[in-house]
Amino acid sequence: MSAGQPPLDSPEIRRLTPVLAPGYTYASVTDKISAIVLTRPTSLGWFVGFGIAFSLMGMMTIAIGWLITKGVGIWGINIPIGWGFAIVNFVWWIGIGHAGTLISAILFLLNQKWRTSINRFAEAMTLFAVACAGIFPLIHTGRPWMAFYMFPYPSTMGLWPQFRSPLIWDVFAVSTYGTVSLLFWFVGLIPDLATLRDRANTKAKQIIYGMLAMGWRGSAHHWHNYQSAYLLLAGLATPLVLSVHTVVSLDFATAIVPGWHTTIFPPYFVAGAIYSGFAMVLTIAIPLRKAYGLEDFITMRHLDNMAKVMLATGLIVAYGYFFEFFMSLYSGNKFDVFLVQQRLHGPYAPFYYALILCNILTPQLLWFYKMRHNVVVLFLMSIVVNIGMWLERFVIVVISLTRDFVPSAWGRYSPTFWDWATFIGTIGMFVTLIFLFVRVLPAISIAEMRELVAETSEEEK
Amino acid sequence: MGEFGTPEQLIQAAKKTREAGYRHVDAYAPFPVEGLSEALRLHRSWVPFITLLGGLAGGLGGFGLQYWAAAITYPQNIGGRPLNSWPAFIPVTFELTILGASLSAVLGMLALNRLPQPHHPVFNVPRFTHASTDRFFICIQARDRKFHLADTARFLQGLDAHHVSEVSDD
Repeated sequence: MSAGQPPLDSPEIRRLTPVLAPGYTYASVTDKISAIVLTRPTSLGWFVGFGIAFSLMGMMTIAIGWLITKGVGIWGINIPIGWGFAIVNFVWWIGIGHAGTLISAILFLLNQKWRTSINRFAEAMTLFAVACAGIFPLIHTGRPWMAFYMFPYPSTMGLWPQFRSPLIWDVFAVSTYGTVSLLFWFVGLIPDLATLRDRANTKAKQIIYGMLAMGWRGSAHHWHNYQSAYLLLAGLATPLVLSVHTVVSLDFATAIVPGWHTTIFPPYFVAGAIYSGFAMVLTIAIPLRKAYGLEDFITMRHLDNMAKVMLATGLIVAYGYFFEFFMSLYSGNKFDVFLVQQRLHGPYAPFYYALILCNILTPQLLWFYKMRHNVVVLFLMSIVVNIGMWLERFVIVVISLTRDFVPSAWGRYSPTFWDWATFIGTIGMFVTLIFLFVRVLPAISIAEMRELVAETSEEEK
Repeated sequence: MGEFGTPEQLIQAAKKTREAGYRHVDAYAPFPVEGLSEALRLHRSWVPFITLLGGLAGGLGGFGLQYWAAAITYPQNIGGRPLNSWPAFIPVTFELTILGASLSAVLGMLALNRLPQPHHPVFNVPRFTHASTDRFFICIQARDRKFHLADTARFLQGLDAHHVSEVSDD
């Protein structure tokens, strides 16, 4: 921070960068947000972006089709590295989803007004990320058509899933998370769908939005039950989101593999998840507000706050790395000490150093006010953190598995073309879904923005 | 049905309507207006209770399912370890509690609001499309004992409503 700037919490700064630019009324926020969906012509840029993303998604479909035809042998996985890209990508995507729930549920419970204009698309991001994540364990089973074996159902063979296995915990955690995120998102959308229904300019839009709004009238009785349900959902989603990444970390921590078998994993995975999720929210928010002129709604205050959350969770992650390192040495366990040596000097050491650079060193720039208020820096930083968090999962999965207890069981891992095609393909799918979402649904909650207008106008009085 | 311009006017009008003795009253707003439920004297929402029941059902059902599968119908003796290894059943029990509670919160909310409901007479009022943007409405239903078309319309006008319109059922 340079000398001339006022301290960050001063009323002056708050006035300079409010959560909503002044001068908006109920009607004008409604017009501005609904126009993106209803009246604004689809731009050429949208088609280009959508086309690229959709092609990548097509590549994913081909890669999965080929996988189902040939089996998991087309990937780089082997014995001993049975997990490879599929699990790295699964954990990465699931982690990204967590920021959406954090913004929509935890910040709601904490009554943080700045969540209002970012929660809708952050929740959408959660849903799409969970959809991408879900693909990986499914196709990693090798026979995805048998995946229903993991659900408890009365089979003629009398078989039941092994409920003591973290794999089954994962099935329940991820499917519950997907379902609850969808419910939360949809409940938030209902009043906005009613707005779109009432403002629709064609019969088809009126019918489709009307069906989705289910006859919402905004009656006091409706809002009365609605607010109660929304608050409860937020309260339920909060422990859920913490449990999901805890369960994911238990996939690792319940194993005896060096580098996995540690009690620090659950909190450190949850912090990492929120870290990468906020990075992804920034990666989406910055182009979105630019493309649709939403700078008045997603203000610098939002970007600044998200950068601060990223910095804080990044420091928790750094603490996790440090103690992982320290405990390995302090334990004196020779396999744990060997793992540390492998991270620092082994064949995959460059990935470890890249991880430290991306996740710990670079984000320290966020301490500076000027960096947090430079949109380009923030955007690049969010990409760096996304890469860093992907590297973290790569380091955890690959370094531990390549060299465990007995040298005769050691191996090497390198991804194949099909690994990359599937991974990049899911990014294409994610971006495709985001593109469709901003085009057909309000990317910012209109009803909550109106509430914000009411609250800010009260404050001014 | 009377139309108002601000949430404050709506709350004032809702209070006066209740004070005047009307009981079958509903208000419409484009966002949840603080204090409106109290002004209309709505009873406490049943949603939390339904959610509690759903959560209990999910949790007990989830644990019961695992106990039944692992200890009764498909027991596996692994080195003499206990069949009812309850700590290992906690994650799934927890997730199913949340799932049961969330589903019942949402479905309960929709059921209590009688949604989906494709049509409602208030949609017959052309100006009602503004109820989802920036207008606030109070509707006094004809089944109210005090309802009298002309008197009620005059009463609403007396509350400074911008417009007063009749909601017809067809």
